[in-house]
Amino acid sequence: MYRYDEFDHQLVADRVSQFRGQVERRVSGALTEDQFKPLRLMNGVYLQLHAYMLRVAIPYGTLRSEQMRMLAHIARKYDRGYSHFTTRQNIQYNWPALDKIPDLLDELATVEMHAIQTSGNCIRNVTSDQYAGAIADEVEDPRIISEIIRQWSTFHPEFTYLPRKFKIAVTGHENDRAAIKLHDIGIVVKQNSAGEIGYEVHVGGGQGRTPFVAKKMTDFVPKEKLLAYLEAVMRVYNMLGRRDNSYKARIKILVHETGQEEMQRLVEAEFAKIDASDMLTVPQEEIDRISAYFAPPAFETLPAESETFTQAQAADADVARFVRANVVAHKQAGYAIVNISLKPIGGVPGDATDTQMDVIADLAENHSLDEVRVTHEQNLVLPHVKLDDVKAVYDALAAHELATANLGLISDQIACPGLDYCNLANARSIPLAQEISERFADLDRQYDIGELKIKISGCINACGHHHVGHIGILGVDKKGTEFYQISLGGAADENAAIGQITGRAFTEEDIVDAIETVVTTYTDLRADGERFIDTYNRLGMAPFKERLYD
Amino acid sequence: MAQHAAKGARFQAVTANRLSDGEVVYWSADNRWVEGFTEAEIADGADAADALLARAMPADFEAHVLEPYLFEVLEDGSFYKPASVRETIRAAGPTVRLDLGKQAGA
Repeated sequence: MYRYDEFDHQLVADRVSQFRGQVERRVSGALTEDQFKPLRLMNGVYLQLHAYMLRVAIPYGTLRSEQMRMLAHIARKYDRGYSHFTTRQNIQYNWPALDKIPDLLDELATVEMHAIQTSGNCIRNVTSDQYAGAIADEVEDPRIISEIIRQWSTFHPEFTYLPRKFKIAVTGHENDRAAIKLHDIGIVVKQNSAGEIGYEVHVGGGQGRTPFVAKKMTDFVPKEKLLAYLEAVMRVYNMLGRRDNSYKARIKILVHETGQEEMQRLVEAEFAKIDASDMLTVPQEEIDRISAYFAPPAFETLPAESETFTQAQAADADVARFVRANVVAHKQAGYAIVNISLKPIGGVPGDATDTQMDVIADLAENHSLDEVRVTHEQNLVLPHVKLDDVKAVYDALAAHELATANLGLISDQIACPGLDYCNLANARSIPLAQEISERFADLDRQYDIGELKIKISGCINACGHHHVGHIGILGVDKKGTEFYQISLGGAADENAAIGQITGRAFTEEDIVDAIETVVTTYTDLRADGERFIDTYNRLGMAPFKERLYD
Repeated sequence: MAQHAAKGARFQAVTANRLSDGEVVYWSADNRWVEGFTEAEIADGADAADALLARAMPADFEAHVLEPYLFEVLEDGSFYKPASVRETIRAAGPTVRLDLGKQAGA
């Protein structure tokens, strides 16, 4: 994993010191809220319904055990004993006091963490595949280029005041787990016929009130040229992106209104200029230096099969279920990727207590080569667990309500904080997720339904990714009352698609029944082996709409 | 400024978030910010609401609170209650964590 050098340490320390002064001046009255608000937002501090909220960056979703332990400590000392993992692989604290946040940030800095690039109209924290470096058939660990992008983008003076926020995601695998086509820039690591590593770049994806799947800008940019290419995209956006209307300011609108071909021409022209200067060609020694941080950890040489692992499943049906749903094959013989669902039945999606985070930190240290990953679907991952250790890991997770065997199933829902916390929300998301998971609590029923991704947003800003849920749910406000609109057929993977709205919205009382109607329509009509999304893609909206509204 | 009252709303109160910790507060009849909705002064009619908001926003209000605004309340027997789900949640706390927010100490 990447470790801070002296420049990183100084940069973060200076930023915390600067923010401490800004907070002191705000509290003393020397700064007005209009003056202070953009400064606090640049440090991840929002004002929500009940309190301030602090969003902490987790670059490309990777954590060391000491970092997870610090996140637990902060939840305990500065918050209310819990925190919330977000759809951008970050973590949010819901109740910090403003005047204590500088102290909190000082403590975070001791484990090389901060809240930079978690808000404001800058290039945000880079996200990536939670299975990076662990999954088979990866072209290259996507965290290498993600870290290079992080270093290039942090405090980039030209891109600190963009028309709007800007999000970049990277995958190094053909199976996209990072939703790269729903980002301002989505990057796929590729290998060309000469065996060289480069990048396919997609631009103009996003959700919010105007959702778009990103358009491919180029098939292959050589590794050392990617920053020059990204800088070209950013310059075109910075020059032409709208600043007169925040609803039309994202690059997705520019790409849509300019057209894919013209956008490609503009980017290529800018790229040619930057490339000619050679200013942003990444030196090979720097690529090698960053790559070394992501060299494979010290895996033991183990047999591919584990008798201990096999026997544990045979002896305990709960372990077998956990393995079936939450354990994924590892590229290294004798190891497994263990997913930790933060979606217990009736729980709050993405929330974890300080105690749970400490338990996960211990498991990472003792059983996962010191690593934890955060997923954009609001779960956690122990990426490098020996097959021999899976049972012990399961037991520890189960003892702390962390062993729900529902990954990718109907109860593994994304839900934004919604109107229970969020200042922008129109409706609650979490209670709906809780009711749906309770309605479908029976795991056998969930396994029968199979892969089904429900995603819930409490407003059109779409933090809950409702546009790309197989079943998406959007909360809307009608004269102070909550209603819920359903969409079907969305997808966030390599076959990214925006869901289609079924029709009129449902009341809070009726929405869970409506979701069950959609699910039973699928189970009634599916062909052998079809997942929900396959059935929807084959049959379209009509049969679902008929059952929902007739 | 945020609009949290329908046109023609009869009863309104003023709320904000406290600067130091973001706590939800209300403007009271004795001209101070208080944490409990039940202590909020209720204005009857648009003119009274405008006057209430003006009293809640003296020159130095930003030294104490963020973004004061009017919101609609409804009569509920001899009591008042926030009209919207949003203000009901602000007055109580997250509906999914009854151990947190103002409701925890009620």
